[in-house]
Amino acid sequence: MYSNAYIFRYASIMVILVAAILTSVALVLKPYQEHNRRVEKISDILSAAGLEADASNAVEVYEQSIIEELAIDLSGEVVAIYKDGGLAQGEVRAFDIDVKVVMDEIAKGGKPLLPLFHMRAADNSEVFVIPVRGKGLWGPIWGNIALAPDYTTVIGVSFDHKGETPGLGAETNTTEFESQFLGKKILDESGNFTSIKVVKGGVANSSDVPLQHGVDAISGGTITSNGLSAMVEDCLKNYVPFIQKRKAL
Amino acid sequence: MSADTPKKEALFSAKNRRLLFNPLNKENPITVQVLGICSALAVTVKLEPAVVMAISVTLVTAFSNLSISLLRNTIPPRIRIIVQLVVIAMLVILVDEVLKAFYYDVSKQLSVFVGLIITNCIIMGRLEAFAMGNKPWPSFLDGIGNGVGYGWILIVVGLFREFFGSGTIWNFPVMEKLGVYNFGYKDNGLMILPPMALILVGVIIWIQRARNRELIEENK
Repeated sequence: MYSNAYIFRYASIMVILVAAILTSVALVLKPYQEHNRRVEKISDILSAAGLEADASNAVEVYEQSIIEELAIDLSGEVVAIYKDGGLAQGEVRAFDIDVKVVMDEIAKGGKPLLPLFHMRAADNSEVFVIPVRGKGLWGPIWGNIALAPDYTTVIGVSFDHKGETPGLGAETNTTEFESQFLGKKILDESGNFTSIKVVKGGVANSSDVPLQHGVDAISGGTITSNGLSAMVEDCLKNYVPFIQKRKAL
Repeated sequence: MSADTPKKEALFSAKNRRLLFNPLNKENPITVQVLGICSALAVTVKLEPAVVMAISVTLVTAFSNLSISLLRNTIPPRIRIIVQLVVIAMLVILVDEVLKAFYYDVSKQLSVFVGLIITNCIIMGRLEAFAMGNKPWPSFLDGIGNGVGYGWILIVVGLFREFFGSGTIWNFPVMEKLGVYNFGYKDNGLMILPPMALILVGVIIWIQRARNRELIEENK
């Protein structure tokens, strides 16, 4: 029979050993994991801007096509600019701003800085990419929305999700769904913010959402569709002061 | 070495071969023991995650069996389940970290199911039933056998679900290349949903029992 002292010793030594192994492995692999997360973020931005890249050349394509990364505050002032590999103004690199933190702070009434990516698309036109993040049915959903230089017309989007239902909510990250956003407007004729709504039953059949401000929802993926609709609105509306300042120039 | 040491057993003796190959068929953890079904439904939408899951589970069963077998004479029986879980959890976290570092896309697809390998009944079942009472080498083989037995079912199910559900095999658009979409063929959306995995596992069990009558339970 084993004594209690033996059992305690056994358990303690085992746990310390396992902890040591796991910590060292985590430390060794951390740089690779960070790199993967960066590449994923870059790929998402590039995909919204309509630039093609895979994991191997994403960083390179991004560096070639980025004009500047802007960090703007909620009143629409540009606080920091990062370009040509260095900070030209301010102290924050927009790329390092976590949209999740931004949205949490806004929900709590804080005044975080918002990231905005000013890029050159494949056809040499300029695009503004806005990262968005919200809630789906099972977990977070996120994405990027690329606007034309008129700050109104959507020229590309990319969405992704943590674990929406395959075949239903998960369809929001397919090209078929995303391509619906092309040419939609985030401002109405008089320049007021009107988000793009994801409409159940199809935007063409809807009496209260105009065609240029709506896309069709996914059948069977209503909660994800609604979450996406709310995400687009909640995130884009923070950029409205900035957009209106720029348009007034 | 004392004189009465039993003759050293060959590495792949008939007994060891049985440990390795029986779980592939008549002692299969999924189709005969019906263990590990949950993850089998979740990760078989496509072939690639199914293969990665199969490899991960095989590594975890093999090495947890090996470690527990090495420790078996020191483990106090009163905390043996905890010891087993710590070993399994450690191996699973290692697998998860490595996937995140080198197979990021696949790791994202597998999401929580890598972590849930910890709760896979096959692994603890083998530790309790086999590794606690057997030498390291047979335990290791038993782990490999059970992992592969679990894995091949996953891969077969994944193959069919991806082919009929998405029209691709290993993300290669087979159906599109065959041109069947031009004749009005549509991918079967039901294949993507978990119930279809259960039905496919059922079909595999059916075929297996039709071929091997020993597995059929007597009607009482």
